[in-house]
Amino acid sequence: MGFLAMPRILLILGLLILPITLDMYWQRVLCIAGIYALLALSFDFLAEYVGLVCLGGAMFIGFGGYTSGVLNAYFGWSPIVTIPIATLGGAVMSTLVLIPCLRLRGIYFAIVSFMLPLFSVYIITAVGIFGSTEGISALDTLPNIWVEQYVIIGAIIVALFGIRRLVNEDIGLIFRGIKDNDQAVRASGISITAYRIKAVFIASLIGSFAGAYLSHLYGWLGLSLFAMDFSILPIAACVMGGMGTLVGPVIGAIILTPMSEALRGFGQLRVVLYCLVLIGFILYKPEGLMNYLERKYHQFERWEVV
Amino acid sequence: MEKEPVLQVNGLSKAFGGVQAVLDVDFTLFKGEILGIIGPNGAGKTTLVNLVTGFVKPDAGSVLFKGKNIKGLQPHKIANLGLVRTFQVMRPYHSLAAFKNLIVPLNSPRVRRTSGGKLGDTDLVAIDILEQIGFERDARVPYKIASSLPLGYLKRLELARCIALRPEVILCDEVFSGLSMSEIASMIPLLEKLQMEGITIMMIEHRLRELFRLADRVVVINFGKKIAEGIPKEVMEREDVKAAYLGTGKRK
Repeated sequence: MGFLAMPRILLILGLLILPITLDMYWQRVLCIAGIYALLALSFDFLAEYVGLVCLGGAMFIGFGGYTSGVLNAYFGWSPIVTIPIATLGGAVMSTLVLIPCLRLRGIYFAIVSFMLPLFSVYIITAVGIFGSTEGISALDTLPNIWVEQYVIIGAIIVALFGIRRLVNEDIGLIFRGIKDNDQAVRASGISITAYRIKAVFIASLIGSFAGAYLSHLYGWLGLSLFAMDFSILPIAACVMGGMGTLVGPVIGAIILTPMSEALRGFGQLRVVLYCLVLIGFILYKPEGLMNYLERKYHQFERWEVV
Repeated sequence: MEKEPVLQVNGLSKAFGGVQAVLDVDFTLFKGEILGIIGPNGAGKTTLVNLVTGFVKPDAGSVLFKGKNIKGLQPHKIANLGLVRTFQVMRPYHSLAAFKNLIVPLNSPRVRRTSGGKLGDTDLVAIDILEQIGFERDARVPYKIASSLPLGYLKRLELARCIALRPEVILCDEVFSGLSMSEIASMIPLLEKLQMEGITIMMIEHRLRELFRLADRVVVINFGKKIAEGIPKEVMEREDVKAAYLGTGKRK
């Protein structure tokens, strides 16, 4: 019992203690890392448990961020109200936009989902709404850095353990069934489109929350909420952390984002070094950190028993 | 026996590009019977199942299930009506335990409706179904990961997936293929039991001897067309059927 509970307790305690050990600058970085962690988690869930490779992370962030920011700027609602509304509203919008794409399979779904954030940018600039290219500044922020950190850490813990539980419930088994063999799911009387919509909604809830949080973290919203980084970086985090482990991508994001910050001193070389780390993982540990650690940990258990 | 048709297929046709896979096929499935569909390789038997269950859209013709036209309906809607199929090439949800494979059909609208929301723990229901179909609970077979099961169990798992849906009609696409004689021998009573329970079965099969032990009637298909229909023994005596299976013997 303790053997299985240990890693979980370690992870939760680690996340809770982490802010205390950091200075102001790195505490800020941790908040950004948390956003990527949530995106990586939602990407991993869709890709490994539903079979949808969704590169629309930037859209989740953008829809969530704009909803929350606009409500705050135009109506003066407090972030405590706008973040929950934006989480739900952003998720509903993202899902509605993705529904027509659900008929597409594999790479085609990935490509279209990647294009959606770009379209959103064009629409906002063309129509000139929501501050157009300049964005909207002076949004309300959360009270202080401690609240900011613990809100995102709390969200990570809730989302992580929530999804872990979900994938073993009946609905989660149906999602995994769709990934393994969608024809058999249809032959079993289950509409795969209906369940894919549910899965996309769950994933976009997580992403939209991250977006809403981000706009109040910066106190600003603009077109960079639709930046490609939000679609691409989570994949890197998944590769590093271990696809399909759920916790791996979270840890991957918490390692990669600060690493990218630490390399800032190298200027343009930063991206090269960043890529080298990734290529190293793909070449030498393609299973990712978590899969590797998990295996080692279970070997340790057997060794202990014998 | 009162003959009540459950599935009526009329003039069903489908072409893939220039290949006429199924052409103008009619047959009727009566309640409670076992109908065999036989024919040489590539005759269009599996396409016929795909057409009837909505996985492939027919070019022409009609499919009536209990008097209702189901042509053009989506596969999951047809399955929810009680017309279910097995797949020739089984791809179970390989990362899941065998009994977890049945969680999917047990969550279908049909099962929810027929059980009136009183299904209870789906895991237990799934294990019960597997036990009935020969997954020895004492040997913990239902708990094994699906990808580790031998072919015989996979074929049964495929059948169990259908049974979990509480079907009225099962279309079996080569459930015997690839099985040993003893595995087939243990499978036959299962199908007989299903028939006793009032389930109508249509079987596509290459193992004629075993099929003829079960089937009340057979339909022979060749090059997408129905060439014969009737009682197994009589059908196999016909010259055109022999020719379809064995060739005409004429040489240039």
